[in-house]
This record gives sequence, structure tokens and C-alpha cells, in this order.
Amino acid sequence: MNPTIDKIKEISNEIYQDIISDKQPTVDMPLRSLNNVHYDPEVGYFELNGKLKSRTLTASTIKTFAQSLRMMELSKQVVETDDIVTKREAYYVSKNWGEARFKEQPESDNVMDDIEAMLMTNREQMGFIPEEKGGDIAGQLKVIDKDPDSGAEIKIDCTKMGSGAYSVPSSVEQLGFETKAKFILAIETAGMFQRLVKHNFWKKSNCILVSMGGVPTRACRRFIRRLSEENKLPVYAFTDGDIYGWCNIYRTLKVGSGNAAHINQYFCVPNASYFGITTNDISEYKLPTHPLKDVDIKRGKDALSNDPFIHAHKKWQKNIKDLIKLKVRCEQQALAAHGLNFVMSDYLPAKLENQKDWLD
Amino acid sequence: MKLNSDENTQENRQEVPVQAPEPTPEQASEPTPEQASEPTPEQASEPTPEPTLEPTSPPEKKVETSIAHELAKKQRDIGVAEFFARNRHLLGFDNKRKALMTTVKEAVDNSLDACEEAGILPELFIEIIDMGNERYRVTVEDNGPGIIKEQIPKIFGKLLYGSKFHSLKMSRGQQGIGISASVMYGQLTTGRHSKIKSRTSRNSSAQYYEVSIDTKKNMPLISKDHEIEWDKDHGTRIEIDLEGSYVGGALSVDEYLKETAICNPHATIVYTNPKAQQFIFARAIEEIPPPAVEIKPHPYGVELGVLIDMLSVTESRTLQSFLMTDFSRVGAGTAKQICENSALLPKTKPKKVSRDMAEALIKGIKKTKIMAPPTDCISPLGEDNITKGMRKEINAEYYVATTRPPSVYRGNPFIIECGIAYGGEQPGDKAARILRFANRVPLLYQGGACAISKSISSISWRPYGLNQSQNSPPNGPITIFVHMASVWVPFTSESKEAVAHYPEIIKETKLALQECGRKLSSYVRKKKRVKDEIKKRSYIEKYIPHVAIALQNLLGYTDADEMKVEESLKNILERARGQVEDLKFDPTKNADFDEEFAKIGKGSIDEETESDSDEQSDD
Repeated sequence: MNPTIDKIKEISNEIYQDIISDKQPTVDMPLRSLNNVHYDPEVGYFELNGKLKSRTLTASTIKTFAQSLRMMELSKQVVETDDIVTKREAYYVSKNWGEARFKEQPESDNVMDDIEAMLMTNREQMGFIPEEKGGDIAGQLKVIDKDPDSGAEIKIDCTKMGSGAYSVPSSVEQLGFETKAKFILAIETAGMFQRLVKHNFWKKSNCILVSMGGVPTRACRRFIRRLSEENKLPVYAFTDGDIYGWCNIYRTLKVGSGNAAHINQYFCVPNASYFGITTNDISEYKLPTHPLKDVDIKRGKDALSNDPFIHAHKKWQKNIKDLIKLKVRCEQQALAAHGLNFVMSDYLPAKLENQKDWLD
Repeated sequence: MKLNSDENTQENRQEVPVQAPEPTPEQASEPTPEQASEPTPEQASEPTPEPTLEPTSPPEKKVETSIAHELAKKQRDIGVAEFFARNRHLLGFDNKRKALMTTVKEAVDNSLDACEEAGILPELFIEIIDMGNERYRVTVEDNGPGIIKEQIPKIFGKLLYGSKFHSLKMSRGQQGIGISASVMYGQLTTGRHSKIKSRTSRNSSAQYYEVSIDTKKNMPLISKDHEIEWDKDHGTRIEIDLEGSYVGGALSVDEYLKETAICNPHATIVYTNPKAQQFIFARAIEEIPPPAVEIKPHPYGVELGVLIDMLSVTESRTLQSFLMTDFSRVGAGTAKQICENSALLPKTKPKKVSRDMAEALIKGIKKTKIMAPPTDCISPLGEDNITKGMRKEINAEYYVATTRPPSVYRGNPFIIECGIAYGGEQPGDKAARILRFANRVPLLYQGGACAISKSISSISWRPYGLNQSQNSPPNGPITIFVHMASVWVPFTSESKEAVAHYPEIIKETKLALQECGRKLSSYVRKKKRVKDEIKKRSYIEKYIPHVAIALQNLLGYTDADEMKVEESLKNILERARGQVEDLKFDPTKNADFDEEFAKIGKGSIDEETESDSDEQSDD
């Protein structure tokens, strides 16, 4: 039997037993927030504290309760038939549930996240997959996958994508890798990725390029994690020089998120290093900047006071504080001010050489 | 009254020569004597024997003189009746519809006042007959004390003749204009005289009169005058033919009489409308309201002109005794104090007090601390009667009423009472219905100009759980009842439709409304809590099956088990919530509600459509 189904049955049976013995059923799930995680650099990712959220069946929670059970029912059905259901599809399935249907997708996503945390599993195990794609890959890599019809093994050569790229699927567990690359370069924007692909940067530097497209999806994180772990490749993150690029994109890539803390263990890349744009780079390279928005400043101050990862790294604290002092931000495309290919000819090679400038 | 003198002094000043020669005794009660003493400049042109102060204009200004003479020829006396005949809107005869209502109202006011003064439980018979051609015959008959023979023509055939203007006591009529104005209006529009029958006791015979008004002279014209057989022991009956228009709806005679019944639960009113529908408003209580006590004016309320007037007619020999006998709340000490503050000798003869001295006296009064006027002269309806009346008219869920302690404006004591009926069958999306009353008389017109409406709009109703746009009455399923009782209700005009904006009156009204509002809000909040609770309970009903179905699909148990789950869940959840008080509106709970009664004045559907447009143009 599938462990996910066992878990679903176990929880629903507990609820059932409570009800027939005239007790108010209660379910516990970990509190999904940054307040309920801690960070140990030795371990390398956000780990859950013990805080639990209890949901007791009352008149005001019965709707969510009914919806959660219905969602578990859907999951069981999907897993048993070896099918998948996207988050959006799950929302539409709920339209058959009469009064228990969801009005908007965020409601169903939230219930899904709750169940995921309650079962201490990841939603892919439950048969739920996200709508978003996992990221784009180009470079010195062969991905080993199966043909969906025949099940025959196929190899996808990421050096032969021309000006395009290989797209990471939403579930990556079944993939295998063949590579001789020296490192993985995870890039924030698709634009910068395009530039590096166009000029075959991966060939010159012998690396694998990943376009994260903002905050990396779980699949993207998992893909990088497995790729780097199984082939012992270092991961370098290249983002904008702003709070979002550091505290949201890079931090999530490296140690995971508060919201999915129960599964961070598998969905983060602890051996990632940062060599995107730092506060220091802005002055050193005399890069053009934009004023820092109020939301960015707030985000930075929140990170300084609440983010366990930032707490553990003095260098990051200094970097953020300095940026807030300067009140500017800088995009990775700003390097084009010194010539379109300055990033490949000067910036990235310099970064690769000066390991002591990297941030953890 | 005020109007009369204002307008006359402007238009001409020859009141004296025409009116003075008439040797009628009631002249004393007329406002004219004041004017008689005034010197009139234009008298030169009139061939009067009186000495003139400015005989002619200086001779060198000949041109102007001749124009003045020309103008003087056109200038002539305007009788008070003539004036009101032209300005009938001032008395409530603006249009045909209102004329019909005003006529009924004036007659009913008089009848109720008369019955109460005589300590008789009122029994009124009112009939309106449609005579075709927009003519109606209004008959009002009461079981009051009747009117003695000599008084009948003056009461019905002379404007500004009455007993109430000169006394300060709580009564419906105030000015002595009303019923005679109706007689005049009837005569102007139909040419017919009004017919009056009255009998004072079993021992005297009933009198029959046909009366109209000489509008030039403001004197009754008697066309018939004889004794008549009447099976009634005492009472008065008046029959007036007039041009009018009968329409149902919120401003109709039907509505007026219904509201009169609400506010006068001691009266029985039998009413037959022009459609020959008969309504019987039976009395609900057997006690006559305590007889209204007449009080003397309070010094704080007196104005200079009135004071001079009072000084000239008083029988007191000294200023001190004048103050003590002609005013309320003035004893020997206070009287001396007033004199001292006015720098006048207490022994001054009232007749010798000059205008300047009178002015000093007014100032002195203002400086002196005088006790508030007595307030036992006002009989409020009482909270019970207000809620009783509203229960009969409105099928609501919640009723509350309050009677404020007496207060004083301009030296006149008054009491504000208010009631609120909330919820039930009242529409929730419309502006509040407002019932206004003054001295037990419903006020239907001129709501916008009334201090009562202003008070209602200036209160913030949101804290009491009602919607409201700025400076408007609240919206919601609510009826607001406000009654002002006073020895003198300050109306904005002679037609007595709106209460004037005295700050003291507005303040008291607001306090009364707020008192009711607070009680209402605790009810509204409780209702909301119960509603929320019921909603939560319906939630339980809604989602229990989903929990059960999902569990069944997850665990694969039988349908019987599913039923069991549903049942257990229901028990668990409802046990946790406890009992809920049922506040749901029960239309049959209000035993006092009288559906037929409530329909009166709302008109049937076909009436409603035509009356709607009319209402808007009227108000």
C-alpha cells in the first residue's frame, strides 16, 4: 500500500472514531509560518519547531473540515488510479461538492497545503501537482526520462536545445542525470538566462544554466537539489541586488520556505552559494540603480528581525543593512550598462575567481 | 394673529375708523386695539374726525403730494377675514385635498377640546358625503357640552374669536381661527352657509343656525336661527359644504382620523368616508385625560409688546402685585427682586409704566432668577398609551416608548414623548415612517419644516443598528412616534402643521429619541447575535452530510454508518452551542394588532396609484 493512502486512512479513521464515540474530533497540523522554523547551518535547511495548529470540529470550522475530508478523498482516488490532478483542476473538482465547493482557487490551495502539512508529506505524493512549470535548463546535462506511452528510457541532451531550453516537469523524482559540468548557475530572470544561452556561456564555463523565473518552484528546487547532490556539483545563485532577490529567491532556494517547512528537507539546496549582485557590487561596478521601495525596506527589516536564515549569517545582515542605508536596488540586467556582454566577459568570471566574496 | 397685525400694518393703517364704530363687545378680544392706539400718518386723506399728526406734506413738494393722494385713494381697509380669504393657504386650505382634511381636522379638534373641558368621554360622528362636482358635505357631531345660543354665530362666523388664544393651557385649538376659516372656505367655494345645531342640556332646547361670514367686516351673517328638535341631550353638530378632493393615502382624512384615534385612546370616533365605508374607532381606555390646567404666563416668556398690553389691562394697583398676580412663579420676594433689578419702584402704578420702563422691566426679569413654570398643567399620553396605539397600527417585533420630564421653552412648559416600533411587517429598505403629534393632534403636512423631523434627522441612528444618510431620517423597518404636549405649541404657521425650531424642543426631542434608541439598539444587537447563531446552525446542517460522505468514501463504511455519523455529529455540535432564544418575528404574537385599522389611509391598490403622485405634489 501507498504510505500516503495509509496516512489519509489513519487520520480519517481517527476522526470517525471520535465522532461515533460522541467526541468532538480534532486534527493537528504543523503551523506553517516562518515563526515555526529554525535554522542550523550544519543541517542546512529550515526545520520545523514543534508548534501545532489544532482544528477542532465546531460550527465555525465544519466547512473547512468537510472540505479537507473531501480533498483527502480526492487525493486517495488520484493516488489509487495513478493519476495526477493540478491545483486548478482540484478547484474545479470541488464544484461537484455542493455546498462544500470552493469559491476561489486560493481557498482550495490553502486546504491542500493544510492537508500536506497534516500528512507530513509533499503534495506530489498526494497526486496534486502545481500549475506552474519548474524552470528552464540549458547546458552540459543529459536528463534521463521515460516515454509516457511506451515507458522506454529517453535521454534529453540539454546541449542541443539551440536557442531554447529544457523545461523541468512538475514532478522530478523519476528523472536521472548524466553530466560532466563543473557547476550549476541558477539565474533569477529569463532575460539573463537567454543572454547566457545565446552566447553559449555554458560551453565556455562548462556548466548547467537554470532559469528560475523568480522564486524557484518546488520542482525546480528539487531538480537542482538532486542534480547537485547526485553529481556533487556546486550551485551558484545569480539574482538581482535587492531584498526580494536575496531573502525570497535565494533564501528559498537554499533553505526552503516557512510555508512548506515540513518538506524543506527535500526541497532546498543547502550547498548553494550566492554570487549575484551584492550591495558592494553596486558601488564597485558603479551600477545604475532604482530607489528602494517602501515594501522592500519593510521586507528587509522583517527579514532582519524574523528570518532565522538571515539571523545565522552576519554577512547577509550587513548586506541588507547597507542596502537599506543606500535606499537603492539594482537589477542583474544593469550590468548591460557596461556593455551587453560585460556580464560574461568580466562579471561572472570575476565572481567565479573570488570565492571569498561569495555569500553563504 | 401675528400675521394679521404684520400684514395689516404694512398694507394700510386705517384699521381704526372702520372697526372702531362697531360696538361689538368681542372687539376687546381682537388684536385691533393695539393698532388703534398707533398714530396713522395717511389718515389725512380720509374724512375722519380724528386729529391728524401730519396733516399734509409740505406744499413745495406738490408733485409728490398728488401721488400720495392718488395712492391714498386706493388704500383702504383690509378685513382680517378678507385677508385670510385671499391667503387661505396660511390656514391650511392650499389645495382641494388639504381643504377637506383641514375642515375635518378643525371640527374634530374643537369637539375633542370641548368634551375634555367638560369632562365628557368624547363620542364623535364624522361623515363626508360626495355631492359630485368636487363638492363634499362634511358633518361632525359630538357629545360635548354644547354652545350657548349667543355664542354660536361668533364661534362659527367670526375669525379669531375664541377662548384659547388668551389662556395658556394644553389644548388642541389655540387661535380661534380654525372652524370659522372652514365655514368661510365652504362659503367661498360653494356659496352655501354652514349649518350648526347645538344643545347644552336636556333642559334647554336645541338651537339651529345657518351662518356665513361677512369677510369685509369679519362678522357673522345669520341666515337662519331657530329652535329645533334633537334627540341628543347635549352636543354640537356642524355641517359644511365645500369644494374639496378626496384621495386615500398617507395624507388623507382617513389617515388623519386614524392617527387621531391612536393619540386619543379615550375617544370613540365613528367615521364614514365619501365611499360610504364606515370605520369605528372604539375607545380603548375609559379615563378622560386629566383636565388641562390653565397657567399664567411665565415672566421669562413675555415679550415687550405683550407686557405693555398686560400692564394696560391689569387690575392690579402696583407693579409688585401685577407681577405677582398676572404671572406664574412670582411671589412677593421675586417681584421685589425684579423691581430692584429693573430699577423700578414696586409701588409704581402699572398704568403709569412707560415703554422705556417696560423695557427696563423685561431686562430686570432676565436678570432675576425665577423658578421654572409649573408643569403639572400638561397631561402627556404616557408610555403605555403610546405603545398601545402603535401595537394597534403596526405589527412590529419590538416596541419602546418614553415620556420625558417636563421642560421649558420661552417660559412655556412642554413635554416630549416618543415611541419606536421596530421590525416585523415593516419594509426594511425605506425611510422610517414618522408619526408627529402636537397636543394629541396628528401633524400630516410640512414634515420637512418641523422641529420633530429635524430632531430625528440630526440624531445618528447608526449606533442603534439602522442605516442613515447624512441629515436624513433613518432607513429601516421602523416607525417613530413623537408627541409634543405644551400649554402653547409654537407652530410655524396658522395651519398648525409644523413645530417651530426652538433649541429646547429639539434638545428634548433628541433626548427622548436617544432614550428609545438605546433600548432599541440592545434589541437589535441581540437580534443580530441570534441571527448569527442561526446562521452558524444552518452551517452545521449544510456541511454535516459532506463530512459523512467524505468519511464514507475514505473508509468505505456502510450507509447505515454514514447515518450514524451524521446523527452523532449533529449531537456533538448542537450540544456545544446550547439553546438559542427564538427571536424570529411571529406575526400573530401581537394581539393588539388590528389589520383593518392598519389598512386605513394606505388605500387600496387602485387608489394608491393615483394618490402617490398627489402626495408628492402636496408635500
